[in-house]
Amino acid sequence: MAANAPSHAMKKLINKVDDLVPESLAGLGAAHPDLVRIDTANNNVIRKDAPRQGKVGLISGGGSGHEPMHGGYVGLGMLDAACAGNVFTSPVPDQMEAATRAVDGGAGVLHIVKNYTGDVLNFEMAAELVAGEIEVQAVVTNDDVAVQDSLYTAGRRGVGVTVLLEKIAGAHAEAGGSLADVAATATKVNAQGRSMGLALTSCIVPAAGTPTFQLGDDEVEVGIGIHGEPGRRREKLAPIDDMAEWLVSPIVGDLGLKSGDTVLAFVNGMGGTPLIELYGAFNSVNKILGGQGIKIGRSLVGNYITSLEMAGFSVTLLRLDDELTKLWDAPVHTPALRWGV
Amino acid sequence: MREGVEAWLRAAAERVHAEAPALTALDQAIGDGDHGINLDRGFAAIVAMLDDRPAPVDGTTDAAATADLLRQVGKTLISKVGGASGPLYGTAFLRGAGAIAAADGASPAAAFVAALEAAAGGIAGLGKATEGEATMLDALFPAARAARTSLDGGGDLATVTAAARDAAAAGATATIPMLATKGRASYLGERSVGHQDPGATSSALLLTVLADAAATGSADSAAASA
Repeated sequence: MAANAPSHAMKKLINKVDDLVPESLAGLGAAHPDLVRIDTANNNVIRKDAPRQGKVGLISGGGSGHEPMHGGYVGLGMLDAACAGNVFTSPVPDQMEAATRAVDGGAGVLHIVKNYTGDVLNFEMAAELVAGEIEVQAVVTNDDVAVQDSLYTAGRRGVGVTVLLEKIAGAHAEAGGSLADVAATATKVNAQGRSMGLALTSCIVPAAGTPTFQLGDDEVEVGIGIHGEPGRRREKLAPIDDMAEWLVSPIVGDLGLKSGDTVLAFVNGMGGTPLIELYGAFNSVNKILGGQGIKIGRSLVGNYITSLEMAGFSVTLLRLDDELTKLWDAPVHTPALRWGV
Repeated sequence: MREGVEAWLRAAAERVHAEAPALTALDQAIGDGDHGINLDRGFAAIVAMLDDRPAPVDGTTDAAATADLLRQVGKTLISKVGGASGPLYGTAFLRGAGAIAAADGASPAAAFVAALEAAAGGIAGLGKATEGEATMLDALFPAARAARTSLDGGGDLATVTAAARDAAAAGATATIPMLATKGRASYLGERSVGHQDPGATSSALLLTVLADAAATGSADSAAASA
């Protein structure tokens, strides 16, 4: 009970609320000087050896509070730059313009944008600021099956697939893919991946100082995003086998996964759930998929796209083929993901 | 006109700061809980910009100086606020600036109506949204229509801005029973019903402060001409 109990008072490891984002970025830079440098004027994390001539530059960004996304994914085989906004608030076009200019090696720049109105608008404005000078393409992730997609709404949110996309598209860019090729790979990852999450607790936006929503001791919020926003419905807390089923079933249905298909299964912590529970959740996901004859070809378990101290988890499934598997396995060396080097 | 706009912006900054916790609380119910915080940061940046701003060069018309000021406000919001409200409000001010520059020679009331219509249209275009989706447009479009009607009826600046204020306030209240289909609240689906939209609320707030400033301004000019 204690680990997941709702916290009503703000108790955080900070100096001043306004200094949290720049001080966290400074810490990231100090911890990984071999991988990244920090543009302190713009709150941007830049790959240490950027720009790399002839390589497509990859930029992502968004509100802070989702660490290690995005700054933790800057480095070999993944992003060239990440723009950090205030907590849960999209960065501004000036930051994105500066990042785009900092990583352009002459082969163009791909903007990886999560589908939230603010992120989309600010990245569109940034692309206009460099139009005619740097070739920019954007790919928008919208993998959250909790949201009904419709021509008449803001559409689905970009969540867990964003992490997988940054890794896979980053590998393609590192291998020398053109801007069009890398963008096509990114679009394919988004099309073949879906996610859904649930929360056991809310989170506290530092500048607000109070939990974004209140949950009863025996309640879970199902269909959450990554900004502490309430979800689609509330349920009573249930065994993890059941809660995993709530998330996996809509994803399998939406992707149309069948017996014999292979997926990358990603169980993500929202920031406040210990790994022992996340592996328990992965065990449940494994049993559910195994029961349907769906093979887990690759996996990722841990806190990779978070919502501050929120307890809970999300499941992302990505339909794999040989191309995506090869790009997933390619070397990566960033503060938060490293293998093959 | 420029001095009146500047007085409005400074008063708006104070009101936004005072109302920031209430706006954030509305946003916590249906969004990500940052609307008041972001708007407060944006208006603080506007005040800093106003403090550093040189006086208009001699020979600049009042409309041109006002348009230039509003353009600067728009750029400040776009480069300081982030989120969706930064580009949306920023674009509103940029469009308003364009309308006022185009309406050089018009009365302040006519210039205001043209600016408000352009601002609402700019937000609708950028946000790909329209009325009835529980957004700031549910305050701004009714406000623009009411202001136009008041102007056509011979209203002066104080009357026209008061009409805009009342329509915006009613429009913000009308978002309570709406199903949000645009913006962060749309992710809640049916659960967005029963909550007043934070963007519509902040839009109504800005127009309330504007009507207050116009009422004070017309009292001042009446006193000056007496």
